[in-house]
Amino acid sequence: MNRRLLLGAPLGIALLGGGAFYAMLKGLAKGTFDPRGVPSQLIDKPLPAFTLPGFSHADVVAEKKPVVINFFASWCVPCVEEAATLMTLRQRGVSVWGIAYKDKDPQTDLYLSRHGNPYARLAHDNEGRVAIDWGVTGVPETYLIDAQGIVRWRFVGPLPDAAVAELVKMASV
Amino acid sequence: MIRILALLAALLLVAPAWAISDPAEALPDPAQEARAVQIGQQLRCLVCQNESIEDSGADLARDLRKIVRQHVAAGENEAQITQWMVARYGDFVRLRPPVNWMTSLLWASPVIALLVGGGLALGLRRRSPPPPPLSDEEQRRLARLMES
Amino acid sequence: MIAELGHFALALGIAFAFAQAFLPLWGAWRGDIRLMQVAPALALGHAMALLTSFGCLIWASVTDDFSVLNVAENSHTLKPLLYKITGAWGSHEGSILFWCLILALCGGAVALFGRNLPMGLRARVIGILALSACGFELFALLESDPFLRLWPPPANGQDMNPLLQDPGLAFHPPMLYAGYVGFAIPFAFAVAALLEGRMDAAWGRWVRPWTLAAWCCLTGGIALGSWWSYYVLGWGGFWFWDPVENASLMPWLTGTALLHCAIVVEKREALKIWTVLLAIGTFAFSLSGTFLVRSGILNSVHSFANDPARGVFILALLGIVIGGSLLLFVIRAPLLGASGVFAPVSREGALVLNNILLCAICAVVVTGTTYPLFADLLFQTKISVGPPFFNATILPLAAPLFIAMAIGPLMAWKRAALVPALLKLWWVALVALVVGIVAAFGMDALPALFMAAAAWMIGGAICDIVERIRLFRIPVSHSFSRLFGLPLQVFGTTLGHAGMGVTVAGIAGMSMAVQEVVLVHVGETTHLAGYDWKLEEMHDASGPNYNARVATITVSKDGRIVTVLAPERRAFTTQSMTTTEAKIHTNVLRDLYAVLGEERDGAAVLRLHDNTMAPLIWLGALVMALGGFCSLADRRLRVAAPARAVVLGAKRA
Repeated sequence: MNRRLLLGAPLGIALLGGGAFYAMLKGLAKGTFDPRGVPSQLIDKPLPAFTLPGFSHADVVAEKKPVVINFFASWCVPCVEEAATLMTLRQRGVSVWGIAYKDKDPQTDLYLSRHGNPYARLAHDNEGRVAIDWGVTGVPETYLIDAQGIVRWRFVGPLPDAAVAELVKMASV
Repeated sequence: MIRILALLAALLLVAPAWAISDPAEALPDPAQEARAVQIGQQLRCLVCQNESIEDSGADLARDLRKIVRQHVAAGENEAQITQWMVARYGDFVRLRPPVNWMTSLLWASPVIALLVGGGLALGLRRRSPPPPPLSDEEQRRLARLMES
Repeated sequence: MIAELGHFALALGIAFAFAQAFLPLWGAWRGDIRLMQVAPALALGHAMALLTSFGCLIWASVTDDFSVLNVAENSHTLKPLLYKITGAWGSHEGSILFWCLILALCGGAVALFGRNLPMGLRARVIGILALSACGFELFALLESDPFLRLWPPPANGQDMNPLLQDPGLAFHPPMLYAGYVGFAIPFAFAVAALLEGRMDAAWGRWVRPWTLAAWCCLTGGIALGSWWSYYVLGWGGFWFWDPVENASLMPWLTGTALLHCAIVVEKREALKIWTVLLAIGTFAFSLSGTFLVRSGILNSVHSFANDPARGVFILALLGIVIGGSLLLFVIRAPLLGASGVFAPVSREGALVLNNILLCAICAVVVTGTTYPLFADLLFQTKISVGPPFFNATILPLAAPLFIAMAIGPLMAWKRAALVPALLKLWWVALVALVVGIVAAFGMDALPALFMAAAAWMIGGAICDIVERIRLFRIPVSHSFSRLFGLPLQVFGTTLGHAGMGVTVAGIAGMSMAVQEVVLVHVGETTHLAGYDWKLEEMHDASGPNYNARVATITVSKDGRIVTVLAPERRAFTTQSMTTTEAKIHTNVLRDLYAVLGEERDGAAVLRLHDNTMAPLIWLGALVMALGGFCSLADRRLRVAAPARAVVLGAKRA
């Protein structure tokens, strides 16, 4: 009997492993399992202190309203995809502020004039240091800061239209 | 969603051509530089995720290398610098996983593997069965042989 | 039209595979001789169908047939011919078809070279190979068909990733797959033994050459991949414990354990159940490696285009093959018969130790590679497991293995004494000590220790031969005639163990590699590792599908020119990607390595390396593979080829 149990151990391990991998595949398809994603360390924490040409963290807190902060760059191709979505967001009454990441001011201006400027306020993080404090790994990334200055939500990649409704709801709280 | 992320990753994946870092980056003190390199080799580049920040050519890796050197020059030790990185990017940035209750199985795996292997080898050893007892005829034959 | 022929050939191959699977297995079960005898013919037909199919894919690539989607996505008119051919197995669909091809060829090989096998066993082995082939070929046809058409065909293709357009990488997949898929044959033997309910010493004899062949190919494939990564990617490293690298190491570790176990089964009819489990496990690791790499679950630079739907199909396939064989194992393993008995201190005991250590290392690699996945799934936290973990955990396991490697071959079967074996190694210990002390002057403590270990391994391997020919204990001429009378298998063991020692020496040496990043103007000289590196000039060059910027560097020592290196930076026109071509000068004991970076104000950023003993890493792997081939060539393994044995006997006389 003991022997059988021992002989069955490899099968048991294989079945467990198979089940786990199946769960991972399902998660991959749904989007809940992302082996490459780097989760944000800022969720439910106050936004990091920073001062940039354009605005500082104090300005964000002083708003006393939820603010969406979007990291973008003129050299970033997927950012063009979300430009229209950000405009929609602004039209729905959400405060969208932008931080240009590792960009050059004239090129940022050119980009905004070409694709529209959804940002109520614009900051320039040309060194990229502030983005590192936020745990940003690339552009575009979008964060929602609530009225108390706590980071509540992050999205990596160009913002899809479906996120607009969710953001509007969160921003109206 | 996944395709977009792939596109994003592809854009941010700086081609290996720029894998050479700038010589001006290196700290003037060779001992400090060596420490910075050693610390950097324990940090994962978050863009090209299968290289350390020392090996990677990505822009972000270059920025992180600069930061590591700044902190080393300011006198911080490895634990502090690693903690700084973890505060921003989480445990994922550490190539050497932390030792806590969740990774205990991971770090104990060599010992567990040896114990299981050794235990199986020792426990499943077949011993040759003792020979069946001699019959009476064989007992007598044995007695005769022993006498002669 | 050729593409359609290829498509049809694949479908035909599946038909053959089904016949090849069910007819011989039924025949073996029922004892129907005719059905069993049909197995080799079916296997050969299957192999030819797949050969035709893959040949058509290569043809489509070579003739720039962009109406085939796979060719349009991966090829280009300007791509060099070599890469048009080898690119056929570079894409996901092509590589799956290649996998199927090798599986079919395995069946064909057993049909051609397995004539000495008893009919029932051969029929079962061919049948089981075909069962796996059915699954993979169905997957190829239904989910990743390389023959899908694109209409209207584009004017030109999207070209292949420039990183793959390199001779080293062109041949890495075939060797690797030959290794992975080659282990299907020992797997088939193991399952056949379970089905028959019987395993004897002859089984061990028959399984060994196939295991050796697969092991040689896998060793070569892994070494090629590591070498390619070293000389192309320009990072000066050779192993990152990347999940895909680990996926290739796992079957290698268990495959090595299997190789050693098969010896015990053959010589002493012991460890049968464990050997069967290892054979199933090695193939299971090969298959899991395939799954993990293509599913998108693994976070790796090597990952193919990922598609979770495909992942589910492969997972189901894995479930059937691995789950089925392990279930069979639970039910039938106890039937395999009584084992030979041996004392703990004996050659069998040493081989058991070998197995414990190798499987422990494999377990650690599996744990480290999959832990981040499980942590994410179960605890929703992201951790990463990288080289520091693997180096810290595996070195302590490898060290006893290295030490035991020299002692094992000197021990007797069934019951041996440890002290006499150790005493025979007295001179090896001395050599190792001297090497360690000398090395300690140039290296840190740990690498010096591993250099000593390497000397121990190489010396121990030689000691085995020295003992067998009783060198210095009998007249030298007698020793020499003994040497020539030794079976090739002994040389195989010696080369195999010595090769491992050479690789360890290379790895130890690499830890002392130095590198420097410098900004050099044309005409300036910089110094590294006792050499003078002078940037002579820079110029433009172009290749078939790229433009390049080339730097010419003269390396000299004490005024004497050692070599001229010309690293390049290539900009590929179609895929808009830039790659570096590192240039290496090797004198076997060290690599001088130069990579060209950006240019600024007339100066170039260069990264220069002095990689001590790097070539030994791959040289060691080559020696190991050579050892494998030696053992394969041993005439004792070709027992039932009577005609050949007679010829050999005549030669010897």
